[in-house]
Amino acid sequence: MIVYQYIAEALFYAFVALTFMGGFMAIRSRLLMHAVLGLAVSLFGVAGLYFYLGSPFLTMMQILIYVGAVCIIIVLGVMLGNTPDQLAIKNLTRGNLPLALVACTTGFVALFIATVTRTEFVKSSEHIGDMSIQFVGENLLFQYCLAFELISVILLTAIIGAIILARDGREEKTS
Amino acid sequence: MISANLYTYLIIAAVLLVIGLYGMIQHRSLIGMLISSEFILNGAALNFMAFNRFVAPNPAVGQIYALFIMGIAAAEAAIAVSIIIAVYRKFQSEDPEEVQDMKR
Repeated sequence: MIVYQYIAEALFYAFVALTFMGGFMAIRSRLLMHAVLGLAVSLFGVAGLYFYLGSPFLTMMQILIYVGAVCIIIVLGVMLGNTPDQLAIKNLTRGNLPLALVACTTGFVALFIATVTRTEFVKSSEHIGDMSIQFVGENLLFQYCLAFELISVILLTAIIGAIILARDGREEKTS
Repeated sequence: MISANLYTYLIIAAVLLVIGLYGMIQHRSLIGMLISSEFILNGAALNFMAFNRFVAPNPAVGQIYALFIMGIAAAEAAIAVSIIIAVYRKFQSEDPEEVQDMKR
């Protein structure tokens, strides 16, 4: 029993390390393709964290939607865009480095102080339902039905808008 | 048990936000900025899930919110990539400083 707990903790650290290392890879790499790879690794780590938060459903959705769909869309954008060696030279700028470091340090310290030392989170006394997919589905179909429909409308609009935007100006070039 | 503590997840989410912020300032291509914005969205979703697990009375709400964030992120990525392709076709460049005039 104790051994399993240690293994679980070690895996948790592994997922956290995956998240952070992917993030650093995404923001420090010169090639955009490596940045997308880092994004995929980091999103996979976040999927593992969702599992530790008790939701296997969201783990699957994270891998399916983020790692599967969003990363592929971004890879498509990278491949249709600029050539890699041009980008590699000018992708990361050094001029903004102090600004970036100051903004990030200030933001992190402010968030850390605000959440960890200044705020007490009280667990609510009454508790309904569980983390199961059945309960999520019931909530999605009854209480959050309008938001569920709205998200599908947003996705439809995004698809049509993406087609119209990317199609614009294509005829002039070919003809 | 560090994996069963609310503050652990809050700090991880804050680090994700900071990574996204850093990348947003540091990257000089529109796609790099899009990648960084995904980190920020993930930090927000992780926050929702952490509060859902440790604080909220209804454990389905946080999962639904995280799911909606994923849907919004997918729509945003599709729109942003098509805008970037259109911009690249028009300006032959992905540098935000070159396209800030919005017309050639």
